Amino acid sequence: MNETSAPTIPEQVMPSPFRLIATLGLIAMLSGFVIVLVYQITAEPIARNQREALERAVFTVLPGAESRALFRADETGITLLTDEELAQANVFAGYDNQGQLVGVALTGSARGYGGEVRVLYGYDPAAEKIIGYTVLQSSETPGLGDKIEDDPNFLANFEALEVSLDPETGEVAQPIVTVKEGAKTEPWEIDGISGATVSSEAVGRALRESTLEWLPRVVSHLDVFKQAAGEDH
Amino acid sequence: MAADPRQPKPLTRQTLTEGLWKENPVFVMLLGLCPALAVSNTAINALAMGLASTFVLLGSSLLISLLRNFIPKQVRIASYIIIIATFVTAVDYIIHALSLELYNALGAFIQLIVVNCAILGRAEAFASKNPVRHSLVNGFGMGAGFTLALVMVGAVREILGFGSLFGVALFGEQFQTWAVFILPPGGFFVLSFWLVLFAVVAKRRAAKEVAHGS
Repeated sequence: MNETSAPTIPEQVMPSPFRLIATLGLIAMLSGFVIVLVYQITAEPIARNQREALERAVFTVLPGAESRALFRADETGITLLTDEELAQANVFAGYDNQGQLVGVALTGSARGYGGEVRVLYGYDPAAEKIIGYTVLQSSETPGLGDKIEDDPNFLANFEALEVSLDPETGEVAQPIVTVKEGAKTEPWEIDGISGATVSSEAVGRALRESTLEWLPRVVSHLDVFKQAAGEDH
Repeated sequence: MAADPRQPKPLTRQTLTEGLWKENPVFVMLLGLCPALAVSNTAINALAMGLASTFVLLGSSLLISLLRNFIPKQVRIASYIIIIATFVTAVDYIIHALSLELYNALGAFIQLIVVNCAILGRAEAFASKNPVRHSLVNGFGMGAGFTLALVMVGAVREILGFGSLFGVALFGEQFQTWAVFILPPGGFFVLSFWLVLFAVVAKRRAAKEVAHGS
């Protein structure tokens, strides 16, 4: 009972529990208000930034493409999406100025040294080659692992990386594999970066897994992509 | 009844400058070392991190100082954390909206400003006991000191590790970059180098003051 009159600082009267809860509640409400306000203001620019980054990336990995269309590929097949449905798109098709299919862009991801590495690559079904590549997201070590984004020798791998499909089974004939720097002998091998082995292998794994899973489906529905050129313009 | 009985100290130059030198959060108090080591690999990242932390410091100092007589002592830490986390979330959205590139470079460290003890330290040691004006000035000084420290570490690491400063190449093609300085160990090397320098200068100053006093 006389604990409250303990000889500490006299003004420190224990506030009622209700007062404590009310304080925290009010501060949390204030916090919620501020966060929602900032979210509302920034949501539009953030979405626009990401859209622009993705658009830029699609045209980077499909050299020669002038326009693009969005698709969603899943178990049931491939469907054309409108621009508003960008968030659900996982396959992008690029067309040249005559409306001819240049290639399709797909994403792949794998665990690198510093976290997830997400890449976008362009695939030319006629040549059966990967014709472009860019890193969408990575947290690889600056100066070492992040060479997967801009090292010219490494990027040269993806100007024409063979991913051919077996004509009988429709599956990928030779899965992509990363080899040591300078050890590339086959057209489906990626010349790695010495000093960034884990990161360059992550890129190889991301491409290998994505091509194994998606290319057979994409190639068997190639007419869907070719048709979309006329509809979307 | 909860009002501060003491008269607030007058607003002096000390309020602003103590964060820059005498109580520099990184070099003297050794607070907030996690971002100071992690995102100081280039001067640009260090500057962005410093400015983001300064924004959080100013915002939280303002709000905590405004609410200082309203928040009971028993729930103060919880309240401060909520307030700081609010501003961190806001700055996270703002940087994301301003530049995707910068956002990706800073990675998880924007969110981790929440646990930067330099900020919670200011809330507990200053903003909760001083009027708004003092808290803002002091928070600004601390933020500037933190930014300065980060840029000093970041500039050295970038010059040695990339051969550039703020992205501008300083040396010719033949410059052999020193990769260890952009890796985590390099952060420790550079930070310790600055710490030694700061300690030596501070010691000399103190010795001089003693000599003058006697």
